Amino acid sequence: MAPPGPTPPPDPPPPAGKAGEDVILRTEGITKRFGAVVALRGVDMHLERGEVLGLVGDNGAGKSTFVKILCGFQTPDSGKIFVEGNEVEFHSVKDARAVGIETVYQDLALVPQLTVYENLFLNRELTSVGRVGVLSRRRMRNLARQYLDNIKVNMPDLNAEVETLSGGQRQAVAVARATRLNAKILLLDEPLAAMGAKESALIMELVKDLSAQGVSMIVIDHNYAHLFALCDRLNVIQQGSVTVDTRVQDTSIEELTELMVSAFRRQLQAGQSALGEITV
Amino acid sequence: MSQATVTRDRSPVPPVPPYEAGRGFLPASVLKYIVQRREATVITVTVLAVVYFAIRTTNIFEVANISVTTQYMGPILVIGVGEVLMLVLAEIDLSAGQVYLTAPWFVYWLWHNMGLPVGLAIVASLVLCAAIGLTNGLITVLLGVPSLVVTLGMQFLLYGVVLVVSSYTQEQLPTLGSTYATILGGGAWADLCWGVAIAAAIWFLLKHTRFGLHVTATGGNTLAAAEAGIPVARVKVWCFMIVSVVSGWIGILDLIRQISMDPGSYGLNIVLAPIVAAVIGGTALTGGRATVLGTFIGALFLSIVDDGLNLTGVSANWFYLLEGIIILVLMIINVQLGRFALRFRR
Repeated sequence: MAPPGPTPPPDPPPPAGKAGEDVILRTEGITKRFGAVVALRGVDMHLERGEVLGLVGDNGAGKSTFVKILCGFQTPDSGKIFVEGNEVEFHSVKDARAVGIETVYQDLALVPQLTVYENLFLNRELTSVGRVGVLSRRRMRNLARQYLDNIKVNMPDLNAEVETLSGGQRQAVAVARATRLNAKILLLDEPLAAMGAKESALIMELVKDLSAQGVSMIVIDHNYAHLFALCDRLNVIQQGSVTVDTRVQDTSIEELTELMVSAFRRQLQAGQSALGEITV
Repeated sequence: MSQATVTRDRSPVPPVPPYEAGRGFLPASVLKYIVQRREATVITVTVLAVVYFAIRTTNIFEVANISVTTQYMGPILVIGVGEVLMLVLAEIDLSAGQVYLTAPWFVYWLWHNMGLPVGLAIVASLVLCAAIGLTNGLITVLLGVPSLVVTLGMQFLLYGVVLVVSSYTQEQLPTLGSTYATILGGGAWADLCWGVAIAAAIWFLLKHTRFGLHVTATGGNTLAAAEAGIPVARVKVWCFMIVSVVSGWIGILDLIRQISMDPGSYGLNIVLAPIVAAVIGGTALTGGRATVLGTFIGALFLSIVDDGLNLTGVSANWFYLLEGIIILVLMIINVQLGRFALRFRR
């Protein structure tokens, strides 16, 4: 039996590069628990304007819960959220949208049987003839084309049903919908999941262009190669709090991998010893 | 098959045509069109049925015969397009047939027992139909009971109400003024005209209005629709109400024509043909896909087969057997073609 090894405390977060210059989103001590499980134990994070921030962490580290709180899907038990310096409280996804936070869910939330432009305008359709709500399809198509051109996405057929699109095209539609109405902050949950290398490259370029246009982004991804290509800064979330805050150029894939692997080994050891205690 | 991918406009990229075909004997565009039209199968078999019965019988094209066929077709068409709204939501309304029978019975009861003028009785009856749809819808979306079960229960409930209150006696209906009667179902072509008008209205609602788009979105991906802020529960309840009202309306029209009513008629026998019409027309049971035109042709097909088998003197014993085989074969072709079409588009 392995002796119960003491778990070393997580490393204190190193000071971030140049915090506070033009911070668009900031959180202070966000906590959330589900029954006995503590998902978040005080998350302090900030996002600068036009920056792409990557969230790294094992399954169950709290990344998803944190993002769900930021997009208004869940409410925190305690802690504060500031958007452009003003404290905000989100009770629904609508509240978050109202201050310019949009989310691209991992399942993309598209209707496969509807066309590209119908999905882009879903529940924000352009209509005529007053309350009857007759769809102005031509106006929607033109605007959709204009917008997709703006963000430099080439979609050959706006009338194609989303079901017939490739994964990359679907992702582009979902991102386009999220940013169409002047989103300031975009939350992307695994934007490159289940995508080939070529399509990943296209989505990465889209993200970089949006970032250059001033959209600030938080990206969740398990693939370090993706994150290093996409992000300016990385936050490592371990056991419900941010343990590392570093600029991408100050770290490496190897260093991050080593960090995650050693943390995993410690937990595994702790887990095994706990199991040992049970069986003995 | 190659497929257009997301390309970025670094350099102007010529738009890639979304389909690449050209193998096979038929010109690719024709083949593509046939395979992609969900109504293709039902149109083909309807034409075949007309040709077959035109050869086998002498009087299928006589005006009198066509007028009888359209009277049979009216309720199938109207309840069928109502069910399209249900099927596109991945729901079903099995009580629509009983509503079709109960609505005229409400009219009779309100007129005969409550002393209401016929016109007012009709309006009141339609309001009751809307209330039935509202009940179906609320139980489905609020209490989470599958609509198949909710509406099956409603069908028995309504049947029971009519039997209890009428004590199972046949009733003569009020006679209306002649113009009214002609417009409201008494005229030979009234059923067809009303059927086409209602089908056109529902087609427009589904394909060209915001509400229709929300119906399709709700049926296609309920979670995505909800995340986009569409009130999915309210959309569903409205559809339940529409089905009930149109079914009740065509029922009232039919009874004005038939003059007498039999409380023993059973709605479940009536609702199945419209559902079959919608499904063989190309509407998917799984939601998100609907075709009102297909339902129209499906209803036409069922009426022609029914009429044709009657005219050719097929024994009633063979009738259901043949109809069953036809439906099964049609649906197998439809499903297989659908799979092929999806592969073709990718």
